[in-house]
Amino acid sequence: MTEVTRKRPEFRNINAFTDLTTYRMTPAAWVSILHRASGGLMFLLLPLMVWLFDVSVSSEISFAGFTSAFSAGVGFVPGWLFKLVVLAIIWAYLHHLIAGVRHVYMDATHKVTKEFGKSTALATLVLSIGLTVVLGAKLFGLY
Amino acid sequence: MAVNYGTQRITPGAHFGTRDWLAQRITATLLTLFTLLVIAEVVFSSGPIGYESWAAIFAPQWMKALTLAVFVSLGYHVWVGMRNIWMDYVKPPGIRLGLHVFTIVWLVACMGWAVQVLWRI
Repeated sequence: MTEVTRKRPEFRNINAFTDLTTYRMTPAAWVSILHRASGGLMFLLLPLMVWLFDVSVSSEISFAGFTSAFSAGVGFVPGWLFKLVVLAIIWAYLHHLIAGVRHVYMDATHKVTKEFGKSTALATLVLSIGLTVVLGAKLFGLY
Repeated sequence: MAVNYGTQRITPGAHFGTRDWLAQRITATLLTLFTLLVIAEVVFSSGPIGYESWAAIFAPQWMKALTLAVFVSLGYHVWVGMRNIWMDYVKPPGIRLGLHVFTIVWLVACMGWAVQVLWRI
């Protein structure tokens, strides 16, 4: 019980700009941190999502306000910025959902080989970013 | 340092997060299925997508009840996730407690608003 119980190294005062940028993150690491970031983002934007739900279903008049928020903007927020925020929600939802399915699948099947982790992580990133680009192009009227 | 794992762990009052861990996965599954349901409803709705067809999705009583269950699931899911984030990054107990309270108020307020919207349709 000497070598084994040796204290693990502790890293403190990690600088976000000089230390974090030197980390070589694997695809699985990116999926992991983005899962957390997307979840936190959606938590903060939850009132906006409830508001979108509110105005989109309440009445014909509120629905008109819903659509004009995307074209003419709402309050001091111009339409393009509103679309950008909604696109951020779309990305966050897609990433969180796909990464979550991967997570639950791994928990349920115990498929946790290194290769499987890497390939599904890449698939998650490609799918979520790809779908975000497709839906974003639609949102900004490119097709 | 006191050992708090294995056979030496101090058990009174602790449930080591297993319940929350499981609840987060069950609510996640429900949220995923609900997402697929709403997408299917939109895709298979007749006529152009506008106010009428969108609001009609949430009009039946069973859909309102299901959506309410999903909102509550969402609240629990987000609570577990946000608490994990605060526990990982915020160490001072006072600030952490404050953030926990903020999280609960934020979520309950959003859920209350959503319920009001739901039964207004």
